[in-house]
Amino acid sequence: MKENRKSGMTFIVKMITNIMIGFMIVFGGYIVLFGHITPGGGFPGGVMIALAYILVTLAYGRNIVERKVSGITASVVDDLGALTFWFIGIIGLCVGGEFLYNFLGKGKPFHIFSAGTIILNNIAITLKVGMSLYAIFLALAILGRVVTDKNERKDEQ
Amino acid sequence: MNTLVLLHILLGFMIIGSLVTVEIRNMLSAVISVGAVGFALSIMFLFLGAPDIAITQVIVEILSLILLIRSTINVDNMAIEKRGEHVLSNRATLIFIGIILAFAWFSFHSLRPFGYPSMRVSQFYLNQGLKEVGATNFVTSVILDFRAYDTLGEAMVLFTSISGAFAILRRWKREQHKDFLRIDREH
Repeated sequence: MKENRKSGMTFIVKMITNIMIGFMIVFGGYIVLFGHITPGGGFPGGVMIALAYILVTLAYGRNIVERKVSGITASVVDDLGALTFWFIGIIGLCVGGEFLYNFLGKGKPFHIFSAGTIILNNIAITLKVGMSLYAIFLALAILGRVVTDKNERKDEQ
Repeated sequence: MNTLVLLHILLGFMIIGSLVTVEIRNMLSAVISVGAVGFALSIMFLFLGAPDIAITQVIVEILSLILLIRSTINVDNMAIEKRGEHVLSNRATLIFIGIILAFAWFSFHSLRPFGYPSMRVSQFYLNQGLKEVGATNFVTSVILDFRAYDTLGEAMVLFTSISGAFAILRRWKREQHKDFLRIDREH
């Protein structure tokens, strides 16, 4: 990240981003994995992980974050999340005779490996929601480019 | 009873925020007051005992605020101007709001009180949810086990909308036809 020191926002924003990014992703993962025990679930956790990526995009500029996770990768992961959800349903159909049947064991309440397929479904929804919102943000960043081009042209003159 | 007073205060705050959003001339201020209304709504959900919805509301509100601020911060902020008087449209709006409020008055009085739903299926979820699913968060057990079809449908709705947005905002065709976009750039 050293070569593009000029792109993105100021140094303060970049340092705060470096500190916050880990906390955001860890808290998003916590919300997803404990979604069947405490309030939360796949949707808020996914949006929080997407917000972590969006924060990096805003702070460091679009080119650097696209080197880590490009828009194509994001949309592929997004499709994989939807397909995973559907596939869990198909497995339930094969095992239990009903679509989206809860084929794993119930487990003890208040343990992380309880409630059967809910945790898998939560992870699938996280991939779906998080990566699709991130990809939409990357796509919408094109709209800001017209204004940026205009500003750069002013700088050259 | 204290909660009810607090809810009314939050409701008043939200109404004032919405009025500010509609009436203010600066676009960035309008976006910020939309965000204030959303955060008040999330606090309201928290006091009504729906922490799942409150978390989702806060996070989606942050995301939409980022998108809205990013789209309005470079625009001419004083773009909204009032052009003349629209007497007829104002009257029509007032009449329709009055009709909707009258119907809402009767329909809300025919509802059951808060916390006593008319459908018995929710009591079944509360009684049997822990035994049949094993999840201690009943909201998750409803949306991902009892009503997982709905969640699959929601995922499909999101998928369709994102596909549509990509079809409009794609980049590769845009760069092939740069000549058509020259007008936008020189503007």
